[in-house]
Amino acid sequence: MNLPELQKKLIAAARLQPPDDRVPYAFEKRIMAQLAARSATDHWVFWARGLWRAAAACVAVAVVFGAVSLLKPAAPDNSNDLSQDFENTLLASADLPDNSSPP
Amino acid sequence: MERSEAELIAAVLAGDAASFEPLVAKYSPRVFATARRYARRESEIEDICQEVWLKAFDKLKSFRGEAPFEHWLMRMAVRTCYDFLRGHQRNRVSSFSEISEPEEDWLERFVAEPGNAAEDADAAKMLIDRVLEKLSPEARLIIQLLEIEDRSVKEIAVITGWSVPLVKVRAFRARGEMKKILARITKEKYL
Repeated sequence: MNLPELQKKLIAAARLQPPDDRVPYAFEKRIMAQLAARSATDHWVFWARGLWRAAAACVAVAVVFGAVSLLKPAAPDNSNDLSQDFENTLLASADLPDNSSPP
Repeated sequence: MERSEAELIAAVLAGDAASFEPLVAKYSPRVFATARRYARRESEIEDICQEVWLKAFDKLKSFRGEAPFEHWLMRMAVRTCYDFLRGHQRNRVSSFSEISEPEEDWLERFVAEPGNAAEDADAAKMLIDRVLEKLSPEARLIIQLLEIEDRSVKEIAVITGWSVPLVKVRAFRARGEMKKILARITKEKYL
């Protein structure tokens, strides 16, 4: 079989096919309606986009603060001292020598 | 008075979306003709054309008026068709045993005497449509533009956005791919 000749014939057949340029009825009206519908939703898109950006900024700030708090060297553990201080303060009056008793 | 194309485009860019309608009405036949070269089903063709026009509206700002609006639009149409082909790659490895009787008859006539198989026969048209459907999206686009529409390599490079050497390479591969498909048809039928 002569394949190049077959290829040539088929290409010629394709060239002979006039492209069909029929347009469905009121196609342009449909496109215009779609564009109008899109512009109506565009306002929501505007707000949605803004809010998503704000949300992204909030997440970024939270991540930064989280990272800072995690990476910051831990402060020396003063919990004992604090509790001691608290206890001392609270019991200060009880620890005072009792000078009010009669001799 | 009818407004010129440039005036319509300027009006659309200034926010008057209604001025887009005459452009859609004027160029839709060409967009549909282009889409029908790459898709078969009417619903698919309409989807492609719709996408072309919505893209054209969105990207109208990028139209600088150096070339005719029609060329800019056709470039967009061809690229949208190519995207469609890539998105809807059918099973191109299927057998050709489903070719119709008229197609078989036409092939038999061609085998018996190539001169007797007319190019304008419906069977030949059906057969080339079938062959084109089996091609990869790149090969189909190249065969369509280079061989069927008889465009130059440079033109194809502009339309597709590919470089000239890439178009040449893809054209070489596309011809090979088409030959392979034809060889498969004839092998299945005549060996």
